[in-house]
Amino acid sequence: MAVNLFYFLVFPGLLFVSVTGALLSWFDRKISARVQFRQGPPLLQPFYDFFKLLLVKETILPRKGSPMIFLLAPVFAVFGATMAGVFILLPLFNISTGFRGDLLVIFYLLTIPSFSYITGALASGNPLAAVGSSREMKLILSYELTFLLVIAGIIMKCGQKFDLYSIIQTQQAGSPFIGSISGVLLFIVALFCVQAKLAFVPFDMPEAEAEITGGIFIEFSGATYALIKLSKYIMLFILPSLLVALFMSGFMLNGIHILWAVLKVIGIVLLITLIKNTNPRIKIKQAMSFFMVWMNLIAVIALVLIAFGY
Amino acid sequence: MSKKTLIPIGPYHPLQEEPELFKLYCDGEIVKDIKWETGYNHRGIEKLSESKTYEQVFFLVERICGICSTSHPFAFANAVEEIADIEITDRTKYIRTIIAELERIHSHLLWVGLAGHFLGYNTVFMWAWKYREPVLDLFEMISGNRNSYAMFKVGGVRRDIEEAKIPLIRKILCDARKKIDLLTGAVMDDPVIHARTKGVGILTKQDIIDYGAVGPTARASGLAIDVRKDDPYAAYPLINWKVITAHEGDVFAKAQVRLLEMYESISMIEQCLDGLKKEKEGDISVKVKEIPEGIGNGRAEAPRGEVFHFVQSDGSNSPVRHKIRAPSYVNIATFRKSCIGQTIADATISLAAVDPCYCCTERMAVVYDMNSGEKIMNANELINESVRVTNELKKTIKLQK
Repeated sequence: MAVNLFYFLVFPGLLFVSVTGALLSWFDRKISARVQFRQGPPLLQPFYDFFKLLLVKETILPRKGSPMIFLLAPVFAVFGATMAGVFILLPLFNISTGFRGDLLVIFYLLTIPSFSYITGALASGNPLAAVGSSREMKLILSYELTFLLVIAGIIMKCGQKFDLYSIIQTQQAGSPFIGSISGVLLFIVALFCVQAKLAFVPFDMPEAEAEITGGIFIEFSGATYALIKLSKYIMLFILPSLLVALFMSGFMLNGIHILWAVLKVIGIVLLITLIKNTNPRIKIKQAMSFFMVWMNLIAVIALVLIAFGY
Repeated sequence: MSKKTLIPIGPYHPLQEEPELFKLYCDGEIVKDIKWETGYNHRGIEKLSESKTYEQVFFLVERICGICSTSHPFAFANAVEEIADIEITDRTKYIRTIIAELERIHSHLLWVGLAGHFLGYNTVFMWAWKYREPVLDLFEMISGNRNSYAMFKVGGVRRDIEEAKIPLIRKILCDARKKIDLLTGAVMDDPVIHARTKGVGILTKQDIIDYGAVGPTARASGLAIDVRKDDPYAAYPLINWKVITAHEGDVFAKAQVRLLEMYESISMIEQCLDGLKKEKEGDISVKVKEIPEGIGNGRAEAPRGEVFHFVQSDGSNSPVRHKIRAPSYVNIATFRKSCIGQTIADATISLAAVDPCYCCTERMAVVYDMNSGEKIMNANELINESVRVTNELKKTIKLQK
């Protein structure tokens, strides 16, 4: 029990994922700034943002909303993200949970933040938040099937194993999955799914600052918004880590390999940031057809390739 | 029966840099109806102008709009020079044209950046505004100011562009052309931008004629109206240039027209610099003794379209009536055509595509009875009405507590 609590709260749980996620969020902001000829924030800016929102800023409750759900939604978001983080990171740090179906649990846990945002936004009673949450719902509908296909591909590749630990072990014993044609295709698809899960441009229509002024997050302020930021920091760390685990044979924790592990995560965040900075926001309809037609098509092609052993 | 949701854009909204309110009545994501309210920033410029001398009015009208701050003085100068029948020197014409065209470049770059921002493409936003910087530096070199250049006066300009400065101006323009090339490439060839802007907010040629839209908004729909060609003023008849048009009438066409107009502007400035060489240095104004009684109409092509100034003089040193019509005043009416039936995402970029400038457009309304011609409400009564409503609101708020 004590070990599990330690896992959840300290390492690799809440404390670890939040701090790493915040640092990665600084990296994302700094790279964006340099791409855009700006200076960018100092290293600790994400922490300043978080603590200022948490401790200094006032939390305003919408008068027409349903306060209980509105306040609980960000807590659930952080909880879901942390829980997913624990399940992703334990196998990555070579700690076997003995849980033989954790990949599917991770898949469900990763949707909890999005659903919490939607419930929180709808509980606020703001029309802009309602538009935002309807967009978020459509976005989830479009990328979840694609993401499931990616996971199915990985499971096929490693010989019907449903747990992340064996997937990583298979890759470390053989070669990383990204080394094959089907692996590359699946990686591209998964990268776009991660982009959509993080709600980064070109898939940031639930927030869409210039259209619906922050959409789903418009009514959140103070501590509630701090928690939402926290859940976003966590997602920015655990989703790239999941990609590393699924495609790049995870982390090896000895000697120079630790550097490689860090570089893999940073590399994926860099890719995400670059996609974010070289595209305009697309419309929700276009996002749906993008995932439902094109990404699903590529994923299915990859599955066929895997079946033929490529 | 579907219930329509009201999606407000404004009075303070990241989409627009100025206070205004668009009410989008939406069914789901589809905009069913649109209403707009301006009047948050009325400054009474026309009335103020009647209390100032002709020389002072230039500084006043320059502050109507921070972005097109030369087109208003330009139109005003045209109007006053029409009253007094002043023939300005060629050097003045060239300098005025250079300033106006530089302004067009910086205004269009600003729009490209903002449009990128509205599409969530912040990289284009930052790049376009960075490339706009050298143009502002050029303004500082020529006029001493980055914005609100204070270059115009009746019968001339205030500062000359000396021979020594011309090579540097040419160099900056040459650099600017390369940067605009880069930006045009990034915008024109990006498939995602095509997906977002093509076929969005279409205005047909007939719509433009019906609503009386002007400027790049009209030219993007294939209507080649441009005051610089239709009613030539300053150095525009002396140089070679063409009116840029596109035929699609969508947001992409508007972007295309603006981007290509920047190239035209650069070539116009270069021709004007050639023209300056032929004229005598320092010959930048003619002596104006007095403004006689009469009326004058001044027109100028601002980056957003035609600016119109009507000036009436009674022979004294200040205008007795000064009427201004800014291009956004007619252009924003097209929103009914371009936004209804679109999704919210398309409607916002269609709103931004005409490059609206609301402060230029603010008007004071006095309500008259149609039949009797009596004033129903004047300014003071409107203010009193507003005070009364506020007090009532205060009371109800207290009751709720």
